Amino acid sequence: MASAQSNRLAKGGLIDRNAPLSFTFDGKAMIGYAGDTLASALVANGVTLVGRSFKYHRPRGILTAGPEEPNALVELRSGARREANTKATTAELYDGLDALSQNRWPSLGFDVMSVNSLLSPIFVAGFYYKTFMWPAKFWEKLYEPAIRRAAGLGRTSGIADPDHYEKAWAHCDVLVVGSGPAGLAAALAAGRTGARVILAEEDRLAGGRLNSDGGEIDGMPAGEWLAGALAELEALPNVRIMTRTAVFGVYDGGTYGALERVNDHLPVPPVHQPRQRLWRIVAKRCVVAAGAIERPIVFSGNDRPGVMMASAVRTYVERFAAAPGKRLALFTNNDDGWKTVEAAHRAGIEIAAVIDSRKDLSQHHRALAQSGGFAVHNGVVVDVKGGKTGVSGVEIALANGGSAQIAADVLAMSGGWNPSVGLSSHHRGRPKWREDIAAFVPEGAPAGMLSAGAANGDFSLSACLRTGHEAGLAAASDLGFKGRAGKAPAASDEAISISPLWHVEGRKKGFVDFQHDVTASDIALAQREGFESVEHLKRYTTLGMATDQGKNSNVTGLAIMSELTRRSIPQTGTTIYRPPHVPVAIGAFAGHHRDENFHSVRLTPSHHWAAERGAVFVDTGLWKRAQWYPIAGENDWLTSVNREVLTVRNGVGFCDVSTLGKIDVMGKDAGAFLDRVYINAFASLAVGKARYGLMLREDGIVMDDGTTSRLAEDHYFLTTTTAKAGPVMQYLEFCRQVLWPELDVQLTSCTDQWAQFSIAGPKTRDLLREIVDPAEDLSNEGFPFMGVREVRLRGGMFARLFRISFSGEMAFEISVPARYGDAMARNLMKAGEPFGVVPYGTEALGVMRIEKGHIAGAELNGTTTADDLGLGKMMSKKKDFVGRVMAGREALTAPDRQVVVGLKPVDKARRLRSGAHIIPKGAAVGPDTDQGYVTSVCHSPMLGQWIGLGLVERGRERIGEIVRAHDPLRGEDYYVEICNPVFYDPEGGRQRG
Amino acid sequence: MRIACPFCGERENGEFTYLGDAKPKRPAMVAIDGGAGAPGEAEAFYDYVYLRDNFAGEMSEYWYHGGGCRSWLVIERNTLTHDIKSVRAAPGAGAAKAGAK
Amino acid sequence: MKYSIFSLARAALSGHKNWPRTWRDAQPKSHYDVVIIGGGGHGLATAYFLAHKYGIRNVAVLEKGWIGSGNAGRNTTIVRSNYMLPGNTGFYELSMKLWERMEQDLNYNTMMSQRGIVNLYHSDAQRDAYARRGNVMRINGIDAELLDQAQVRKMMPFLNFDNARFPIQGGLLQRRAGTARHDAVVWGYAHAGDRLGVDIIQNCEVTGFTRDQNGKVTGVETSRGAIGAGKVGMAVAGNSSRVAAMAGMRLPIESHVLQAFVSEAIKPLIPGVLTFGAGHFYVSQSDKGGLVFGGDIDGYNSYAQRGNMPVMEDVCEGGMALMPMIGRVRLLRQWGGIMDMSMDGTPIIDRTPIDGLYLNAGWCYGGFKATPGSGLVFAHLIATDTPHEEAKRFRLDRFQRGAMIDEKGVGAQPNLH
Repeated sequence: MASAQSNRLAKGGLIDRNAPLSFTFDGKAMIGYAGDTLASALVANGVTLVGRSFKYHRPRGILTAGPEEPNALVELRSGARREANTKATTAELYDGLDALSQNRWPSLGFDVMSVNSLLSPIFVAGFYYKTFMWPAKFWEKLYEPAIRRAAGLGRTSGIADPDHYEKAWAHCDVLVVGSGPAGLAAALAAGRTGARVILAEEDRLAGGRLNSDGGEIDGMPAGEWLAGALAELEALPNVRIMTRTAVFGVYDGGTYGALERVNDHLPVPPVHQPRQRLWRIVAKRCVVAAGAIERPIVFSGNDRPGVMMASAVRTYVERFAAAPGKRLALFTNNDDGWKTVEAAHRAGIEIAAVIDSRKDLSQHHRALAQSGGFAVHNGVVVDVKGGKTGVSGVEIALANGGSAQIAADVLAMSGGWNPSVGLSSHHRGRPKWREDIAAFVPEGAPAGMLSAGAANGDFSLSACLRTGHEAGLAAASDLGFKGRAGKAPAASDEAISISPLWHVEGRKKGFVDFQHDVTASDIALAQREGFESVEHLKRYTTLGMATDQGKNSNVTGLAIMSELTRRSIPQTGTTIYRPPHVPVAIGAFAGHHRDENFHSVRLTPSHHWAAERGAVFVDTGLWKRAQWYPIAGENDWLTSVNREVLTVRNGVGFCDVSTLGKIDVMGKDAGAFLDRVYINAFASLAVGKARYGLMLREDGIVMDDGTTSRLAEDHYFLTTTTAKAGPVMQYLEFCRQVLWPELDVQLTSCTDQWAQFSIAGPKTRDLLREIVDPAEDLSNEGFPFMGVREVRLRGGMFARLFRISFSGEMAFEISVPARYGDAMARNLMKAGEPFGVVPYGTEALGVMRIEKGHIAGAELNGTTTADDLGLGKMMSKKKDFVGRVMAGREALTAPDRQVVVGLKPVDKARRLRSGAHIIPKGAAVGPDTDQGYVTSVCHSPMLGQWIGLGLVERGRERIGEIVRAHDPLRGEDYYVEICNPVFYDPEGGRQRG
Repeated sequence: MRIACPFCGERENGEFTYLGDAKPKRPAMVAIDGGAGAPGEAEAFYDYVYLRDNFAGEMSEYWYHGGGCRSWLVIERNTLTHDIKSVRAAPGAGAAKAGAK
Repeated sequence: MKYSIFSLARAALSGHKNWPRTWRDAQPKSHYDVVIIGGGGHGLATAYFLAHKYGIRNVAVLEKGWIGSGNAGRNTTIVRSNYMLPGNTGFYELSMKLWERMEQDLNYNTMMSQRGIVNLYHSDAQRDAYARRGNVMRINGIDAELLDQAQVRKMMPFLNFDNARFPIQGGLLQRRAGTARHDAVVWGYAHAGDRLGVDIIQNCEVTGFTRDQNGKVTGVETSRGAIGAGKVGMAVAGNSSRVAAMAGMRLPIESHVLQAFVSEAIKPLIPGVLTFGAGHFYVSQSDKGGLVFGGDIDGYNSYAQRGNMPVMEDVCEGGMALMPMIGRVRLLRQWGGIMDMSMDGTPIIDRTPIDGLYLNAGWCYGGFKATPGSGLVFAHLIATDTPHEEAKRFRLDRFQRGAMIDEKGVGAQPNLH
């Protein structure tokens, strides 16, 4: 049963009374109106207790009406969409909204953890650094779990976020952040000149404090002027207004991060629509008109529900027609607080009293008190009476030494205003203290950024309008826009007077950081213990580390510290302002890059064909490669792989090897270029020949290997490993563009342009003859090992044919334009049917390469030299090459280096595993006897046992030695024999046959 | 950061890959006869490969536009502020210069 | 005053009015036996061990700002000893053992919490690499377990096991790994060192070195005047090249920016430390409840202490790919630290060619876990002029000798380490 909106004012407010919305808070059903926030609806329903603080679990109410809210955080929504720590003050009300209070158990009214509040004499700032040390094991087992359970705020769902997020770019000349009077004036001025303007407003409505404070602009009521200004901006084609969009960070080069809450005001985003959108706005200039945040005063009981920022009271009354109480007292040190009394009085709320810490009362305020029939006390609030659900009265210490008690159910407080200097300080600018307004203003803002209005310390409406206009105009004219900006909107000047008051000594706790329960006495303790630097203060007490990031508390905290240390506020300094200025959902930064779409997928030319055949795929980088092709009756991978290997070794098979990196190296100096990047010679390679090449990094370590062919005098076709295709291309371009621009050579990546298949096995020629034009000579004489040439296929198409072999069998690689890859796979399958052809995957490929002792990624691990890999002899002694000099360093040529060898278990039935370490037989296991490890393994159907390659100290001198394969991780320890890494056909006769 | 590629226009830095200080110059390729290199080459390469000025301030750096035209760029950038003063193409970047010497 | 629950309770009775400073506000003397430049974790730990273990108590730690203002105060607080290469394995385990008794040694609760680290693998090749690594750890007497997918799932059911682009196959677990409260480590060493007589001098920026006619370092020039020293140790991560340049040295180091992130506090969600094997993302949850996470370095030289959006997005993409339940958790704060990236990803702890000047640098983004170990071995080096047994490979000349310690195998390209 919905409760009545007991505190809803009879009229006014920017709410739609014809659109009632039902919602629940802690299971209790209530009604609000369209236009409400959750907080304003709670206020309208007379709810005062909404949350519990972080450390002491103290009862808390709503403090503010904006994104800086530290207290009124809720778990919004339920199920997978449950979001923790949502500020009731910014959550737009929708029909069916459900919210739970958080950080309490079992209920908000009765929270067991509020016992912490009783222990607060011990639980002072940093108490945990001084205890929980004994016994040592108790930390993880007892103390920490208890602390972790008590800490934290809301609960996440623990379920994948069902909503979508997207990312977008926007570009403009002038970005205006904030659409209050200053922002509107800036957008109007810049927009009128013709500049492309984006006006970003965090709120649902443009207008900023105009929606709460009203006033008169250009002779009309603020609301009327606002409507006109928005209409003009909307009519300008060069201006874009983005509401519900918070600019949260300034990055380099005029890049601004912004979050648009596209559908957070709905229960569930409409189909195919994102919940939120992350904007990267590139702006040549930026006008920050983000306003200011009113700051609390620290006094006993200032955290009791019912104590509210004066400006927030005004917002609830004026914008939402919701009365935070029936009898209001104001505690202020400045003129602005008085506006709350005016607004409340207008709305028919009884004014109990104004407590002003300043001695002199203005004529205007005196008259106001008279007409309102309330007392004005020169003094301070020393205590707030009441219970956990609200205020009943305040105790005042009068400046004249007396005291007074006042009955009230809401206490509005105003300690002055802090300009929003977050964005302007994101590039480590340190804000400047202005004594006249007792506040920091922007200084050292990022290039191209101006601040205007309250964000720059210009608090009055007239100053906001004027400085906003000036900033918008300055930004646009700086960019050369010359259109007429018109006149600045005008309002009458108001008095802005403040006399700083940070902290009132009292008997009980006075809170500086509400959410984190940092009190004035905590700051004193920190100072006493030497944590005087503001950064130490923050870290020791957690001041400013809550979800509001100190927006309510930082300046007050450092002001109190400055009083304690007798340094000035500017000497005391501020902590560093970091993005994001408002917290942003992690999902928004990720956008669509999650689940299967985390990274893109690269498919080989034969992928769809392979998928049709039921291939099992494996991720290699971004590629999906066929790992093996099971056939009917095969239930385990090893059976399939063994069959594929045996078929290749005895008949013929083919494998899509298109993922290898391919680079065309062309030009008069292509050979000379390759001579420099490979350790072996390529300039001397004959046209129509291929050669295996190895390249080193400049530090002498092997970078990559591959087969490179000479297709013409000035055209080489270079291949890289799959993993290094990108890095090698980048490296070669560096060599070409930076190191040796004088060489006449061009590089073109063509990895994606060619489909390439390895066809291997003794029946390769039989199969190829079905594919290739019969006129082509494929005999050993007509197409010798390592030969390369273009051939005509049956049907007239051309293909490149390379007689190279990774498997050790008689083999060719055939290469056709990628779009014919699928057809080629089907053709090979069909033409090979009489010869029993099989497609084989990366597993069989791997088996055959290990049987042949070929190195791959596990051996090319970025720490091995050419000699480690058994390829030292390839290093040319007749020419210079990259890596030559550094490869000669003593530790890289030491005789005891780990080098590639073959390994096979002595017990033939044993499975060998990669990652097992090599320990000499009979030696104790330890770091000194760890002599290497197994790099690659396979089950060799040819040898009928598991075999592998390994890197073993002095391995080549130890062929035949029996050593231990030590694998404690998997509880295994067995003997293996060190052997020649070429297990199969060591003479290499098969590939030349 | 926004980098104004001379070929592609202004792009965000995510499209680019950084290599590092553009000041060190690779010792020249030398003629090799039976394995002997140039005198002092070990020290010269140590300096080239490993030592850095690592300024806090303006540096001249190599960047690669891998997400665009694959050009290597020489960028003058301030490591304290990330401000970019100039961007120019490496000597061999851009269109083929037939017979370039 | 000794810290304990009893002293706390006693202090509560007097309203905590009698706590002394955690460390004295020392004024610089004209001469010290040893001056350590850099009041971060490493510098303060070095001073502590000099005083505690090597009996050298006439020591000053000079800090240009407030202690812990560098990387000690801007990291993701991970402690582990899961290194693979000779030189690293033993050193990080030495450090781990010091972490395990730090609170009792220092009488300061640094909240070392051994909740474990899991490095996920997503391919056979990654599994093999972790098997190699885990076996090295076991051979060195360090705990390590290789988990399969089911075991990972049991520990962390919230990971994306169902529709991931790169499915999780398993992980390498070190149970003794965990996190510690980074600021408390700084304060703890300051507190303990101070009690042994170490002078901690804040707001004292070193502007140069003084040398005698033989070139030996005799002290430092500072913003608070000249300070003489028998020996000078540099532990200035983020400023190593700049301070070394004052002594005319160039280092095999580049300074890069690494961003880190923290979310709003939420109730306990993630048990230990977790690293994604198919993207740049690692995460833990602080005792306060925030998810503390990071990823790859931005990749360009920087002293700006801030990063840019591409990497920020990349990190969050990794996070969402790994555990899509964090989509609605809000990122609260991001920051950037200056990483002194060495040319092989491994630190340098060595004497320098300049007599009297000692170097501790090049920790890349892994210096926090090394804090106690680094302090001990650096103190050993300074006190004895010989490298500590577990730091003997961290030599400055290893690049000339070709004896790199390159765990990632990417060579002299600091931004890839």
